[in-house]
Amino acid sequence: MDLGLDVDENHPPFTVLSVKGEVDVYTAPRLREKLVELVSQGKHQIIVDLDGVDFLDSTGLGVLVGGLKRLRSHDGDLGLVCNQQRILKVFEITGLTKVFAIHDSIEAAAG
Amino acid sequence: MELILELEIPARPEYIAIARLVVSSVASSRRNLPDDRIDDLKLAVSEACTNAIEAYGSIATEGMGWPDDRTPPKQVPGGNGGVTERVRILVADDDEKLEIKVADTGPGFNPDDLPTHPPVTDPERLNFERGLGIPLIRTLVDDVEFASSSAGTSVLMTVYGEPLEMHPPEDLVPDDAD
Repeated sequence: MDLGLDVDENHPPFTVLSVKGEVDVYTAPRLREKLVELVSQGKHQIIVDLDGVDFLDSTGLGVLVGGLKRLRSHDGDLGLVCNQQRILKVFEITGLTKVFAIHDSIEAAAG
Repeated sequence: MELILELEIPARPEYIAIARLVVSSVASSRRNLPDDRIDDLKLAVSEACTNAIEAYGSIATEGMGWPDDRTPPKQVPGGNGGVTERVRILVADDDEKLEIKVADTGPGFNPDDLPTHPPVTDPERLNFERGLGIPLIRTLVDDVEFASSSAGTSVLMTVYGEPLEMHPPEDLVPDDAD
């Protein structure tokens, strides 16, 4: 199962990480590693684009929560882009819509 | 109840995608459920399988943390990292409902003893990356029962909804059928 992770630096000061595929306990470590890599490179304003994600479980949510925590400790932030109801629903059920800023486009997240 | 699927997967993370795909395909072929309910079931099955595999200690999630809070993976006595351990998934249905049981033979846990997360508005909430699976399961299916002992854990999830009516292909129906 492939997890696509594409980094886009065309929205300074934001780094956009586009995720494609299924995020579960098997693939979430790769997402975590990529976020660790970006933070260690000094990228502290990150937008994670979830519009290409077909499936997201609690492990994926945990990675995003951990990412937000680390970025905030560096005075940074982690915003999300998501328009898919089935993915948004997972954030709503867990109450994480109040933790993350969720936007409908990269432009809105970078605005 | 009629048993319609019996599936056994190795207790390893890479097999969970297969389990959730098979169960959701069976559910959509047997029950008259909207797509969003099938998606809910798919996620619930995935979470239950993740917990089952974690019960064997074959997911080192606690060891895959962020570099500054990495803790050793939990060790399960007698476990061998999912090489021989299995997770069983049973699906049965009747006229009213679909039942999915996910069972492991790990050391068991008490679902009522899970730590409570701080409110989402509390900055401390960000210290909790795990523990969302069981609350998700409880929300996503109509009914859930956990049975756990030192011999293992089973999660029985129920989704109510009428069976999908089976219509024979038109060319098999006689023209004068009334």
